[in-house]
Amino acid sequence: MRLLNKKRIGKNDIVFIGGLLAIAVFLFVLMQFVRGGSGAYVEVTVDGEVYGTYALAENQTVEIKKDGKVTNVLSIRDGKADMTDADCPDLLCVHQRAISKEDETIVCLPNKVVVKIIKAKEKNNIDSIAG
Amino acid sequence: MKTKKVAYLGVFLALALILSYVESLIPFYFGIPGVKLGLTNLVVVVMLYCTGTKEAFGISMMRIVLAGFLFGNMFSILYSLAGGILSFLIMYLLKKIGKLNVVSVSVAGGISHNIGQLVVAAVVVETYNIFYYMPVLMIAGVLTGFLIGILGQEFIRRFQILNKTQK
Ligand SMILES: [Zn+2]
Repeated sequence: MRLLNKKRIGKNDIVFIGGLLAIAVFLFVLMQFVRGGSGAYVEVTVDGEVYGTYALAENQTVEIKKDGKVTNVLSIRDGKADMTDADCPDLLCVHQRAISKEDETIVCLPNKVVVKIIKAKEKNNIDSIAG
Repeated sequence: MKTKKVAYLGVFLALALILSYVESLIPFYFGIPGVKLGLTNLVVVVMLYCTGTKEAFGISMMRIVLAGFLFGNMFSILYSLAGGILSFLIMYLLKKIGKLNVVSVSVAGGISHNIGQLVVAAVVVETYNIFYYMPVLMIAGVLTGFLIGILGQEFIRRFQILNKTQK
């Protein structure tokens, strides 16, 4: 068994950890630039397919159904989208904060539901609000 | 020596399960369901240096399956496996190269643990949008990895001194 050096943190470690932190901070800053301001729409996807797109400006309650059963309830109030109810066992999606900025997401893993804020409706999902 | 080794491994497994339990109680939330801090990496780091690669990997896998049944669900097992296997590989390689101390190995393990979980989450929900969380998860991985590394280093040092004096 090789014994550890007396030194706990060497020069290599500082460079290594510092480098990783620098990359993380760089990515973080980059994403703040790439990310736009407030989004205008909420896009809901189920099983990777677009379920519907809803305007943030309109107060509304969206029932997300799968096989005729309501699995998640999304509430849009005052320009924010919030998961208010779900039938998943962990309820982590319900505990997540309301979202309003572009690219923010609420994920319900057990039901495979993703709620995402987008800037504008994409042409191909305008009429894809399904039941 | 053999019974002593079995006893050690039992203690490590118990410790790993306790850490899993503690982790399941912490309401720490990264914004992605299921992503965990990776406190159990402490046991993996210590075992890598004290008992060897095979034992560390074996206990790590046993911990994931047992903790999944005890405190989690199918998804938490999936997450833990992705995080656990990826971080194990990275830590094993860095340790083998031997240029870095325990702290760095642990930090690399913390980050890869979180990246592994993020990849699984992206695959499960079929969206790559959640890679948006990558920087936050990296920073969290550095912080937990650093703390675990410092703690692990003290543990490893004592373990090695103990082993030496017993021989
Ligand atoms: Zn949910």
